[in-house]
Amino acid sequence: MSGSIEPAAAPTTAEEMSRRKFFERLSLGLFAFGSILLVVPMVGFVVAPLFKRRPEFWRSVGKVDSFEIGATTAVQMEDSSPLPWAGVTARTAAWLRRVDAQNFIAFSINCTHLGCPVRWLPKANLFMCPCHGGVYYEDGRVAAGPPPLPLPRYQVRVRNGVVQIRTQPVPITR
Amino acid sequence: MFRRAFKGLWSWLDDRTGVSDLIMPSLTHLVPHNARWWYVFGSATMCAFMIQVVSGIALAFAYIPSPTDAYLTLQFITDHAPIGRFLRGLHYYGASAMILMVGLHMAQVYLFGSYKFPREMNWVTGVLLLGFTLVMGFTGQLLRWDQTAVWSVVVAAEQAGRVPLIGDWLARFTLGGDTVGGATLNRFFVIHVFLMPAMIFAFVGLHLLLVLRHGISEPPTPGKPVNPKTYRQEYKELVEKTGKPFWPDAAWRDVVFAVGMILVMVLLALVFGPPELGKAPDPGLIEANPRPDWYLLWYFAVLALLPHGTEQWFMVFGPILVGALLIALPFLSRGGERSARRRPWAIAITLLTVIMIGTLWVAGARSNWSPDFNPQPLTAQVVGVSSGPVWDGAQLFHDRGCLNCHRIEHEGGRRGPNLSAIGNLLTRDQMILRISNGGNNMPAYAGNLKPAELNAIVAFLQSRKGNVKTPAGGPVNSGN
Repeated sequence: MSGSIEPAAAPTTAEEMSRRKFFERLSLGLFAFGSILLVVPMVGFVVAPLFKRRPEFWRSVGKVDSFEIGATTAVQMEDSSPLPWAGVTARTAAWLRRVDAQNFIAFSINCTHLGCPVRWLPKANLFMCPCHGGVYYEDGRVAAGPPPLPLPRYQVRVRNGVVQIRTQPVPITR
Repeated sequence: MFRRAFKGLWSWLDDRTGVSDLIMPSLTHLVPHNARWWYVFGSATMCAFMIQVVSGIALAFAYIPSPTDAYLTLQFITDHAPIGRFLRGLHYYGASAMILMVGLHMAQVYLFGSYKFPREMNWVTGVLLLGFTLVMGFTGQLLRWDQTAVWSVVVAAEQAGRVPLIGDWLARFTLGGDTVGGATLNRFFVIHVFLMPAMIFAFVGLHLLLVLRHGISEPPTPGKPVNPKTYRQEYKELVEKTGKPFWPDAAWRDVVFAVGMILVMVLLALVFGPPELGKAPDPGLIEANPRPDWYLLWYFAVLALLPHGTEQWFMVFGPILVGALLIALPFLSRGGERSARRRPWAIAITLLTVIMIGTLWVAGARSNWSPDFNPQPLTAQVVGVSSGPVWDGAQLFHDRGCLNCHRIEHEGGRRGPNLSAIGNLLTRDQMILRISNGGNNMPAYAGNLKPAELNAIVAFLQSRKGNVKTPAGGPVNSGN
């Protein structure tokens, strides 16, 4: 036998031609079917979590009396979607201000420009962002820099003398 | 005898596997005799990539891509594992070299007009490889999984979020959910270690096949334009007449340059070591100062300096437009002059790009737009007095956050103008107006200052005449 493979002879009869056409279509069709069978679950597995309902939870951040009236402090809590192995990355923070005896305001720490963590300057009464220089007034309005929107707020409530913040996904500016 | 046995074994192996038939044509293919040192950057890029593959595999023996453990394994690799510090350094300088060489390679190909007919697809695959390289750079920085990495993911997600219609979806895909957390690190690990390397291998293969198919471009001659009708024939005649086999006549320069590059990288890794590991990856820690590695620092500056209102568009369409222009280039100028001497615009565009990225890079390294979060209180020496309204004003200037953005002599931020000599420029009333109402990117302080405090600050600012003797000697001018 010769080592080289002879090129397929050109089809001679109409019967052979249609037979070859059939095999061609069969093979391509089966290939497409097999691919879809494999690709759909794989892509689905990767993107499925994105269509999950967005969870929000009340997280306790401390006793009411531990917050000074008028002061704005950083509080740490567990985020809204902690996976069991997330460890330290499941934590998040908020800026919590005690307005009076029973009322609190909670701001997101994420700058509306590109999400960097803003810092509260207590004597200047301003939030400032370390990344691109965004500045917010004490009520969260934009004071300077590139942020397009005010600082987002979280819901806060007091239950049995404990302050609770409703955690949310990282706010994404659109 | 051994020699004969070895020869016999080799000829059997070669016959059954066909190794020689596969490799010899690429080694012996003829290249233009005058393709010399300008042609080494492509192979240098590939060499840097191979170093990344080898050092990356070695690092992966110790790295654990888990949100809780990755940071610990990085500490272990850096501080405890034998040779770990060197390997991390090598991987970092390898990445730097790869990005630098990609840039040089691209500039050379552009200036030599090598992207023109028939090498359009060499250029297009090269542009894709540039994109993959940048993705590798960004994801690689994230795998360090320190505080900066965590915030870089958020910044990336926010940029993805600006895309119309599917932005929210893209942002969640970037984060791996609603927040930085358990699913985030792994997706970047998969991209950095599986997806992108596979793409780079595939496209480098294609890129090289195209180099063999169309031949290495001859250095351009001014006044000898590319004519798609005759170019192939001319090139064939040229290399057949004066060309030399790639191995070893041309390849030795690639080897010399690549080994020189490896030496520099090894030295850098030994002397300077890997980039500093930041704080722990805790998104709850607010004291963060995220900065990208140097090769993306210029883009960080772009994001800070974009005029108000344009950024929404720029963030999304800027990168798409640049990518589209790069890919379109060989189709926009398919033939014509190749020599840079006859293409002044090509020189101008290259220079402009280098100057632009260089300037933005310096701006990014300085980050004048970021407030100084820890300015020291102004000393009596700087203020000039140690009591009275001017002194009180100086203290308030520090406490109320003015100093975070304004510089007085050697202290304070650079966000706003340097106010060391503002007393010469603005009257009392002008100062009161400006401080109360803000403007030009300055917050309005009307609600934040009592009248007495405002008066003290103005008194302090009125006393700033720029004549304080600094330790360096001369007076400090108001700058920026």
